[in-house]
Amino acid sequence: MRIILVGCGKIGVALLSALVAEGHDLVAMDNRQEVLDDLTNQFDVMCVNGNGADCEALQDAGVDRTDLVIAVTGSDELNMLMCYLSKRMGAAHTIARIRNPQYHDKSLSFLRQQLDLSMSINPELLTAQELLHILKLPAASKIETFSRRNFEMVELRLKADSPLVGQRLMDLRDRFKAKFLICVVQRDSEVVIPRGNYVLQGGDRIGLTADRTELWKLLKATGLAKRQARNIMLIGGSRIAFYLSKMLLSSGSNVILIESDSNICHRFADAMPGVSAFCGDGTHQELLREAGLSDQDAFVSLTGMDEQNLLLAYHARLQHVSQVIAKINHDEMVRMAEQMGLESVVSPKDVVVNVVLRYARALESSKGSSIENLYQLMDGKAEALEFVVRSAASFTDVPLKNLHLKKNILIAGILRDRKAIIPTGDDVILPGDRVVVIAGHRRLNALSDILL
Amino acid sequence: MNRKMVFYTIGRILLLEGALLALPLAVSVYYWDGGQLPLLLTIALSLGLGLLFIRLFRPDSQVIYAREGFLITGLTWVIVSALGALPFVLSGEIPSYVDAFFETVSGFTTTGASILTNVESMSRSMLFWRSFTHWIGGMGVLVLMVAVMPNLSGRTIHILRAEMPGPTMGKLSPKLADTAKLLYLIYIALTLLELFLLFAGGMPLYDSAVHTFGTAGTGGFGIKADSVAGYSPYLQWVIAVFMMLFGLNFNIFFLLLMKRFRAAFQSEELWAYVGIVFGSTALICWNIRPLFSSFSESLRQAFFQVTTISSTTGYSTADFNTWPTLSRMILVLLMFIGACAGSTAGGLKVSRLVLLLKNYRQVVRHLLHPRAVTATRFEGKPVDSSTLTSVNNYFALYIGLFVGFWFLVSFQPGYDGVSNFTAVAACYNNIGPGLNLVGPAANYAGYAPFFKVLLSFAMLFGRLELYPMLISLSPGVWMKK
Repeated sequence: MRIILVGCGKIGVALLSALVAEGHDLVAMDNRQEVLDDLTNQFDVMCVNGNGADCEALQDAGVDRTDLVIAVTGSDELNMLMCYLSKRMGAAHTIARIRNPQYHDKSLSFLRQQLDLSMSINPELLTAQELLHILKLPAASKIETFSRRNFEMVELRLKADSPLVGQRLMDLRDRFKAKFLICVVQRDSEVVIPRGNYVLQGGDRIGLTADRTELWKLLKATGLAKRQARNIMLIGGSRIAFYLSKMLLSSGSNVILIESDSNICHRFADAMPGVSAFCGDGTHQELLREAGLSDQDAFVSLTGMDEQNLLLAYHARLQHVSQVIAKINHDEMVRMAEQMGLESVVSPKDVVVNVVLRYARALESSKGSSIENLYQLMDGKAEALEFVVRSAASFTDVPLKNLHLKKNILIAGILRDRKAIIPTGDDVILPGDRVVVIAGHRRLNALSDILL
Repeated sequence: MNRKMVFYTIGRILLLEGALLALPLAVSVYYWDGGQLPLLLTIALSLGLGLLFIRLFRPDSQVIYAREGFLITGLTWVIVSALGALPFVLSGEIPSYVDAFFETVSGFTTTGASILTNVESMSRSMLFWRSFTHWIGGMGVLVLMVAVMPNLSGRTIHILRAEMPGPTMGKLSPKLADTAKLLYLIYIALTLLELFLLFAGGMPLYDSAVHTFGTAGTGGFGIKADSVAGYSPYLQWVIAVFMMLFGLNFNIFFLLLMKRFRAAFQSEELWAYVGIVFGSTALICWNIRPLFSSFSESLRQAFFQVTTISSTTGYSTADFNTWPTLSRMILVLLMFIGACAGSTAGGLKVSRLVLLLKNYRQVVRHLLHPRAVTATRFEGKPVDSSTLTSVNNYFALYIGLFVGFWFLVSFQPGYDGVSNFTAVAACYNNIGPGLNLVGPAANYAGYAPFFKVLLSFAMLFGRLELYPMLISLSPGVWMKK
């Protein structure tokens, strides 16, 4: 697929590298030559120096032969304008980053319709949603929901004393009397899709899928269940914090915000009286203590600096806050966070990449089934995909044990009539089902790709 | 430094060379001229070595940087030439290895300088291989590798940048492999067109193929003692026009293919090149008019000689050694200018010349008006100062190395200054024939082995635009820090 990506900032480059890895033909556009020079050296892409709303530059980039235009420059208005222009000039689909909260009410759908946008992305809003998911289930370091919201994929790290450790996977289900499936395990840096006789160890990072009620059953049985966070402290009054506070307040939580800029504090206080805003430097331990750090259930550091976020989160962990999350922009920091024992990190980049990759795959996918959701697991080494089976195919109505699947493929769930089935060998896939597939070290475009 | 990746890539190139040698082998089998066994042995050796390299140096990571790119390019060209020389030695047709190496380097670098004193005594398969190296070297063996074995990492741009001539490297399509394929498609299409036109004009198929290879790569190896002087005026015109076409930037053909005519014909480099060729033709045509009986003949001779030198091919239809001094001077100047960037030709390249002149105009303006703020524009876009600096540096290095080679070659006894000067100029700029003792009617056989090797390296320096060879030959690059 031919894709033009305009705006090569942090998110732009993350998207670029993910899309190139998927094998697409990328044209990168930016008006900073030195950025483009670096990109040509690193990635197999064509670079065009220019403003994305300049027809000539778009022409140079070959917009008329393009399947997808992604506009992620710093300016919402520029993004909208260039998507509109490229659509007019013959691009098949357009995605714009629109992140100003002012556009994010009723006007967004109107804008999207009028500009003929295929999708608008708001990284901050998406990140806030991801944070909310994690806050709702404190034991997990990452949660992804599939359609109908009741089937979830949870990533968590096993402690050495966890009751799951030392058991064969095939025995676990009976022991805990819950329907769940451990579908992917990361041990050290290796990611595997485990078989029934796989034995878990302390320190393993596991991904498991289950129905929400079943998941709670399991968490209770293993002693991992913790109360949903009610008292939450946020550091840094970014846009993410704004969206997140809004969501948390409406779910009835108490939110404390610490922000050094008094204007921002006032804005929060004006917009959301429920938030207790403190104006001050979040790195001052005295201020944190005063704001009641030790009484919090959860602590989220959202400042603009990764290093600060990591240290703040580490400090909160030392104060025995039970759930600690740090926002991280640079990939290198994720490893460091792990070494510091901080499992929950959220990266706005990854969130956006997931959304766009899913969209690009869905554009490519063939008829019969289409990709509904796509999540990267274990730092991108495995993927969870949700397909909708639209019509009968060679794999429908065949018991799963008779299907010849490729290596590193697992059917993790079948969603039928609002019910989630954790499949066994005798289950079948029917037209109309949604199927959740875990794929390690490979990419899938259509459900039929899982067959040999 | 990623040494494994360097040698792994070279292994792949050796496999490719083995595959390419199959074509002359087929010719040899067809004519049954005794070249089969030497070619077969060379194929076996290059495939064997290639497999060995790929086995031994399987890289842990495919990440390479500019340094590896230059090294891969420099080493590849030396190794490919060293292996490509074997058939000549094994068949006994060029008994000395140094001579064979010179001839092969001259082939791959599309120089066309020869040490053969009697070219017509060579077997057909050897002559075919000799000319085929022009065709391979013209567009570049690494470009071919990227086109047909694309599964290397996204960093191959460092290799192509080192191999493709010109101050900057422009991609035609998002993926490098597709760009390489496109370039080769254009190249093959033009090659077939010329082959057809020559064949239709009454040239035998074998001769057509050999001359097409020589023109396409802007090489210039002929198979007749008098180069192409013996062919009909029509055939000479076809060759002359194609020499000029292969001296054009291939981006222009791509733009034409995309139906972006306006963009294609707005190219400043194109018009500068056309101006240089037509201007020189007019001057020489006027200057040599008394030597020929008809105007049409002097026009043809002038145009042919100008295109052959400016595109750095090196075919000849006349012994321009006997022409007036003005004409000879123009030809020597054309040797240094060369043709367009992004073509198969050698020399300094027209785009660099244009940039240099524009830069000097700016320098003079600055002397007159020290506070003047000026900008240089080229091809409709402003040129940043780093490009200008790199062009200036390249020019200085280009002249410096030229003088160095000229000085070293002067140690050869029995050759006059003009011969040595034009010999180095013709090798360094990948042309072939020079003046006096190395003129169109003479050859390079008289140089001692040491100087043949020296001139071979001059050709490699010129073809790869100095840096890859310079970097491969500096010991500092190989040291571990």
